[in-house]
Amino acid sequence: MRNNSFDIIVIGGGHAGIEAAASASRMGCTVVLMTMDRNALARMSCNPAIGGTAKGHLVREVDALGGLMGKIADETGIQFRMLNKSKGPAVWSPRCQSDRKLYSEVAVELISSFENITVIENSIVEILIENNVVVGVRTGSGEEIVARAAILSAGTFMNAIMHTGLNATNGGRFGEKPSVGITESLVNLGFISGRLKTGTPPRLKKSSINFNTLEEQPGDTNPKPFSHFTDPVNFPALSQVSCHITYTDSNVHKVLEKGFDRSPMFTGLINGVGPRYCPSIEDKVVRFSDREKHQLFLEPEGLESDQIYVNGFSTSLPAEIQLEALHKIKGLEEVEMVRPGYAVEYDFFPPHQVDSTLETKLIKGLYFAGQINGTSGYEEAAAQGLMAGINAALKIQGRKEFVLKRSEAYIGVLIDDLVTKSTDEPYRMFTSRAEHRLLLRQDNADRRLMNYGQELGLVNFQDAQIVQDREAKIFKGITACKSQKLNAKKINNFLESKGSSIIDSTETIANLCRRPELSLSEILKLDGLSEHVDISPLIEDELAMRQVEIDLKYEGYLKRQEEMIAKMEKYEDHYIPLTLNYLEVKALSTESREKLQKFKPRSIGQASRLPGVTPSDISVLLIYLKR
Amino acid sequence: MKFEINEDTIIALATPPGVGAISVIRLSGPSSFTAIDEVFAGKVQISSAKTHTIHYGQIIENDEIIDDVLVSVFRAPNSYTAEDIVEISSHGSPLIAQKIISLILKNCQIRLAEPGEFTKRAFLNNRIDLAQAEAVADLINSRTSVSLRGARNQMDGLLSSNVLSLRTKLIEVSAFVELELDFAEEDIEFVKRTELVAKINYILSEIEALLESFSFGKIVREGINVALVGEPNVGKSSLLNYLLKESRAIVSSTPGTTRDIIREEISIDGYLFRLHDTAGIRSSKEEVEKEGVERSKELIKNADLIVFIGDVYIGFSDELYDELRKLNPSIKILKVLNKTDLGIKRLYSEDFQISAKTGDGIPHFLNGLKVEVFQDGIYSERTAIVSSVRHYDCLTKAKKNLIRALEALSENISGEFLASDLRASEISLAEIIGEVTPEEILIDIFSKFCIGK
Repeated sequence: MRNNSFDIIVIGGGHAGIEAAASASRMGCTVVLMTMDRNALARMSCNPAIGGTAKGHLVREVDALGGLMGKIADETGIQFRMLNKSKGPAVWSPRCQSDRKLYSEVAVELISSFENITVIENSIVEILIENNVVVGVRTGSGEEIVARAAILSAGTFMNAIMHTGLNATNGGRFGEKPSVGITESLVNLGFISGRLKTGTPPRLKKSSINFNTLEEQPGDTNPKPFSHFTDPVNFPALSQVSCHITYTDSNVHKVLEKGFDRSPMFTGLINGVGPRYCPSIEDKVVRFSDREKHQLFLEPEGLESDQIYVNGFSTSLPAEIQLEALHKIKGLEEVEMVRPGYAVEYDFFPPHQVDSTLETKLIKGLYFAGQINGTSGYEEAAAQGLMAGINAALKIQGRKEFVLKRSEAYIGVLIDDLVTKSTDEPYRMFTSRAEHRLLLRQDNADRRLMNYGQELGLVNFQDAQIVQDREAKIFKGITACKSQKLNAKKINNFLESKGSSIIDSTETIANLCRRPELSLSEILKLDGLSEHVDISPLIEDELAMRQVEIDLKYEGYLKRQEEMIAKMEKYEDHYIPLTLNYLEVKALSTESREKLQKFKPRSIGQASRLPGVTPSDISVLLIYLKR
Repeated sequence: MKFEINEDTIIALATPPGVGAISVIRLSGPSSFTAIDEVFAGKVQISSAKTHTIHYGQIIENDEIIDDVLVSVFRAPNSYTAEDIVEISSHGSPLIAQKIISLILKNCQIRLAEPGEFTKRAFLNNRIDLAQAEAVADLINSRTSVSLRGARNQMDGLLSSNVLSLRTKLIEVSAFVELELDFAEEDIEFVKRTELVAKINYILSEIEALLESFSFGKIVREGINVALVGEPNVGKSSLLNYLLKESRAIVSSTPGTTRDIIREEISIDGYLFRLHDTAGIRSSKEEVEKEGVERSKELIKNADLIVFIGDVYIGFSDELYDELRKLNPSIKILKVLNKTDLGIKRLYSEDFQISAKTGDGIPHFLNGLKVEVFQDGIYSERTAIVSSVRHYDCLTKAKKNLIRALEALSENISGEFLASDLRASEISLAEIIGEVTPEEILIDIFSKFCIGK
């Protein structure tokens, strides 16, 4: 039965599913990837873009752990921008517009390059369990597939309903059927499900838009790839295009208001909770009624595509209202709508039901990843898929689990937030969620994670070696910059030319570098320094130089953050046995007892982050665990 | 595995050991009522008594009456520890109290309380927060009515609610900063930097006000150290004695006999003053006096206030005054002329004129002492007062980080650094109300409690 027996079954071929399949496969597992359409892997169901604030960080981290997202984005990007460039390095975030069609094609190609991944086009109606352990799945056509672990990454498809106006159709994405049966099979096993909502804007016909009157938003002139492994010589792979900006106005709002009586949101047709950070246009009009206009981005869906995505105009109002409102918008006066926006409601499983490895607490060998854990976004999904794939493989191989700390990666923050806070609205990553943000930068994802990637078998030894060699250069470079002094004679001319105050006698490179108006590369290019044994390697390696510069410029802040991490560490490492029955700890308040029993935190650190758990609860736990 | 804290019943003497009018013995835990019923004979069974009632009866051991007592009943959760509590008021002999405790301890459900355990239970049972728990320690150690009031208002959560509201305001500012970082691409108007500065300055000023209350809080808790200084024979000890209304300092007309420092505590309108009678600071060849002189000098350096006493007839010694200034250049020196009972009084004098013999002028002098110490105003009962060093440290850290945030703003540093300063400040505030309580703080706090409190 070789064909019907695998190590791991991945259910769903979206952004979570392909990462799960790829990471498990890289770690030596045989994987079957179940999808409803083998040509629609990693489909971008919402906006044709990857990255953005905090999401860009996730992509870089996934990439440092051997993930696919960054590579696909680099190959299919048609506009690259580094966001927040006017701010400090910790909040720089890469983002790109992607060619939607190509993105999927490259994903299909990549997945087919894995020998031990078998893609099967079928739906799943049941997860087969014996003694609370996964043994396989039953497909829609009734056959059983045997496996030692299953990763459920079904996205927004479970019992999905799409709404446009008062019309509701069953389906998880435009033109695609919902998956029915999985939720029920899991609820029968004791899982709790919830309902969420998300929305998407209308797609417009590009040739019907008058771009001449609109503000253009081009990409960066010197774009940088997402992936650590992308060859900069062949980047970007595709020709680059611009987005355009336009605005709604009070006339547009008036038209939208006409359709409110047929809004599935306002009439109570939709019960699922939508994201507060990504409201529909009708929500914006109602909640911010004092605002006269809202900004819209017209994003191309691909180089060959004649479709435009209207970012900021997500709506589930009746189609004719959508079109009428669009016609009032500058540049869109004669626009043709390819298809209207819609809202989609879907099932999810509140994530307190999984632990930090993404394995469910109820059924061993069953992992949840992506939107079914209540997240939104491709990047959040990819990060979870990757981690679920890694942990499923580790478990099968009898190896130690892999959990990233909040102080190590946005991925760690994401999963820790999910398992300690659960969520009742679609969860999106923000930089402010990461309390150690200054250290978790997109520019050092490789320094933070690639070693892990190599140990796990996700990243080549040679690639990891490059990062390690650079680490040595960085270390020596910092030491050299702190000790090497420059004298006034040599440097004052340069300082004057930069509008920087001159020095009396000598000053270290490090201290000069701390001046906001000076950059390390300019200082290091001064006469004589290129011969310094520890400095010349920096001049030759731009990435190492940048790390040294950040380390020097923000040393005080970085140190403080490191101290804070050290302080918290012992709570993170103070594990609580999963078998602990909180209901027996009578000194806890009833509310906390129930909360702790529900979440079953793995450490005192996690317990302290559960909402509603008080400091005295924590001290009770500390005392209790000492017995 | 069962959790010991709700299962055990603890007992301890709640009043200071020694002879007093009454002694109070406290029991807390589920067996409190049954344990007392075993030894108590009264009209009512304590197990069936209503909460917050008092019962008269006898403590009996082997048919022998140990003492007539009053038993107060507090039922869970409406008690200090949120457990069942019994308080036995017996006659104030250490022997009787000890006998009663030993008798009750024969019941194997009962054990002697560890230091601070009653308060620890109150904390663990969510009756009080960390700041309140610390205040209890102060309350117990407070000697005067004002320090009692200070401790009380902290216990009532005044400091906690103040800090909580500051923290909420701080989180608000952080939110503005975060908005700029996470939603830079959105078309929203960000808060102006000047507005952020104003908001941070407001929080800073509130924190500074709390910090300023610390010196007052310290005075309230620890009292004011006053050094009595003067030439020999001007009547320092006489004044001290008058104030204490008992003769514990040696009073003699031979100069230099107050060899050691004599310290006494008095309460003026509820404020604790520690009066130190100095041996004088003139150099001496005699070994014993030399040591006294050294100690006096040390005392003058560390005092909060000096009362410089002169003879109304002779006046003050300029030499001694210069000496004092040299020892402690910034200290306030209050000048007092003694011996008005000799029939002399100066007509125009800014100094206090008193008689330690008759008490003439002393009320005026005491008022002056109080005004001198509290010239910045006396804190009202409804003002939050910082009296714990730990709270002071947390607030200082919070302040430091806010100042850094302001610096960052003035240097136009990017928001994420500003945010990290704000967050650090917020964590320091949270530590006061016990939101992120490192274990050591708990251990430290609970070890400070004396047994039975």
